Amino acid sequence: MARMTMIEAIRSAMDVSMERDGDVVVFGEDVGYFGGVFRCTQGLQQKYGKTRCFDVPINESGIVGAAIGMAAYGLKPCVEIQFADYMYPAYDQLTQEAARLRYRSNGDFTCPVTIRMPTGGGIFGGQTHSQSPEALFTHVCGLQVVVPSNPYDAKGLLISSIENPDPVIFLEPKRLYNGPFDGHHDRPVTSWAAHPLGEVPAEHYTVPLGKAVVRRPGSAVTVLAYGTMVHVAEATAEETGIDAEVIDLRTLLPLDLETIVASVRKTGRCMVVHEATLTSGFGAELAALVQEHCFYHLEAPIVRVAGWDTPYPHAQEWDYFPGPVRVGRALREMMEA
Amino acid sequence: MHDMKPNPAGRLSLHVPEPEVRPGGKPDFSNVTIPKAGSVRRPEVDVDPEEIRDLAFSIIRVLNREGEAVGPWAGTLTNEELMEGLRHMMLLRIFDQRMLMAQRQGKTSFYMQHLGEEAVSCAFRKALLPGDMNFPTYRQAGLLIAGGYPMVDMMNEIYSNDADPLKGRQLPVLYSSKEYGFFTISGNLATQYIQAVGWAMASAIRQDTKIAAGWIGDGATAESDFHAALVFASTYRAPVILNVVNNQWAISTFQGIARGGSGTFAARGLGFGLPSLRVDGNDYLAVHAVARWAAERARRNIGPTLIEYVTYRVGAHSTSDDPSAYRPKEESEAWPLGDPVIRLKNHLIRVGAWSEERHTQMEAEIRDTVVAAQKEAERHGTLHSGGRPSMRDMFEGVYAEMPPHLKRQRQQAGV
Repeated sequence: MARMTMIEAIRSAMDVSMERDGDVVVFGEDVGYFGGVFRCTQGLQQKYGKTRCFDVPINESGIVGAAIGMAAYGLKPCVEIQFADYMYPAYDQLTQEAARLRYRSNGDFTCPVTIRMPTGGGIFGGQTHSQSPEALFTHVCGLQVVVPSNPYDAKGLLISSIENPDPVIFLEPKRLYNGPFDGHHDRPVTSWAAHPLGEVPAEHYTVPLGKAVVRRPGSAVTVLAYGTMVHVAEATAEETGIDAEVIDLRTLLPLDLETIVASVRKTGRCMVVHEATLTSGFGAELAALVQEHCFYHLEAPIVRVAGWDTPYPHAQEWDYFPGPVRVGRALREMMEA
Repeated sequence: MHDMKPNPAGRLSLHVPEPEVRPGGKPDFSNVTIPKAGSVRRPEVDVDPEEIRDLAFSIIRVLNREGEAVGPWAGTLTNEELMEGLRHMMLLRIFDQRMLMAQRQGKTSFYMQHLGEEAVSCAFRKALLPGDMNFPTYRQAGLLIAGGYPMVDMMNEIYSNDADPLKGRQLPVLYSSKEYGFFTISGNLATQYIQAVGWAMASAIRQDTKIAAGWIGDGATAESDFHAALVFASTYRAPVILNVVNNQWAISTFQGIARGGSGTFAARGLGFGLPSLRVDGNDYLAVHAVARWAAERARRNIGPTLIEYVTYRVGAHSTSDDPSAYRPKEESEAWPLGDPVIRLKNHLIRVGAWSEERHTQMEAEIRDTVVAAQKEAERHGTLHSGGRPSMRDMFEGVYAEMPPHLKRQRQQAGV
């Protein structure tokens, strides 16, 4: 075991995968010599050579399109989009190409591609470095969507993604790269060094796709969260004294409905939290599923706490981010319902 | 063909370009061929683009080593105009210094400077007329400075304070001012390039007299929107100037990755039949002369022009970047086209219009002006203290009229 930040864990996942499998290639903007603007690929070019880890021209559609071509040949590309906000030029390649290769060729061509991208806010990145576009991927048949919340999961999930036979969108909450973040932006930053999930095996292991985990057991209300919001939800439960069960979804698609349903049937209440904008966000899908499967167990309406339906602002970052104050208020109101 | 090696085994291998040197190496620009100042011809603006294809592979230069303005591209500006240009570049440089410091002091989150590239945007701006529209990237604040935009408003934007014209919504330096011909900057790359072409097409549709200018960096020319812009500009002969600022580095990625096997970025225009010029981006006079040539072409309805400005990004990409990790520290000093401020200063001294004393005096005056503007901006507030844009501002401006769901959310937020 070793102490790792989320950056180091992600790097280790690619390192282990490249070591084990010569078909794994890594590329993206600034990922080669420099090792990525968040340093997730640092050292990989030196170790595996510049034909297995390299810089590309700034063209996201090109990154994904080239990855699809390589996958069709038989490689397993793990590519980086520098920020999730930069993925839109690649959306056609992702949604109508990567996602459908298997289906439209009846398995003749497949697309084992992993597309990594930093997601979410909390770093004063403004509207083009803070977005959470997960729902734009979960809406697309053929894509799988993963959002880790800690170094241990990040490594195990990324290895699973690289080894998966179909395309995976791997969203890395950038505010968690160097430490857990519970939304208290005015408090000193914390590192992964003291966190149990900062303890990461140096070797190969996997965390399966499609399996959620209960981060905090509780009996009063189920809080469904992923990424940074897992930490916000955990902290809010402690601070409000409300006995919330916090579920870290880890994979949005395929979704671990079993864990969700078991929890909501137990608690009788459900809250969904995410950083992404509210309307048509992934929370809407979760709320629909919960009411379909747990209607007779629900003691209160399902509540969503999410980013406001505005572009992600710069100065008003902490007014926008659904932090512990907003989540806590909603939790209290829900318990009074 | 260069780079072709024999392949006796019949096996393929992937070519991945590398810069000449990396940290620890000796800077080497021997691959950058610099023609003598004044040596490149100046064609008529209605020239057949096919006849000037060679200009995409040369570098138009006016200022020689002795500080003289020479050749057919010289003489577009008076000494008074050049002194004003010098002032704009120095103002931009000192503005950058103060704002970089402010970022380090925690007064804002982020900053991007222009060091070494001041001539490009400052000189270009002087070739435009009121009503023309720039579609800039984050490294053309000289368009605002040389256009007379209030410096204090730029600072208010950088500080995201309560006087920020953009209400705290945008990242620092992503300014916007229709009045000053400065289209709202996107944080994403290349999107504005095709928009510039569209704006120019609209001006032609309306039989107006205004022209547009698109801006892009060497790295972002790889984006699909760059190529979209070139084909639209070519097809509709849009009254647009398509500027490529080649400052050699796209964050850590050297220009060879975006350029690929093409000799120059200017050469990208040739396949679209665009007149494509390459100019010394550190030569204020050359930048202005070429910009004016392209502006005249556009305004006379002859069509678009592609211009590559050969320059060097002396500073970091942004305050989030550390160039010492990917290029030699001494590289900027080895850059063969020198410093735009020093070169223009030397020229003005050479022609007897300027002196070291006046230069020092002007520098002090500019510094005082910038510091005064900074004090005024800071009286409003900085990112983390003083007057801030309201939470209400966050909800407004998403739509012309706030839809009911957003009104509900605003009420929920208590503002």
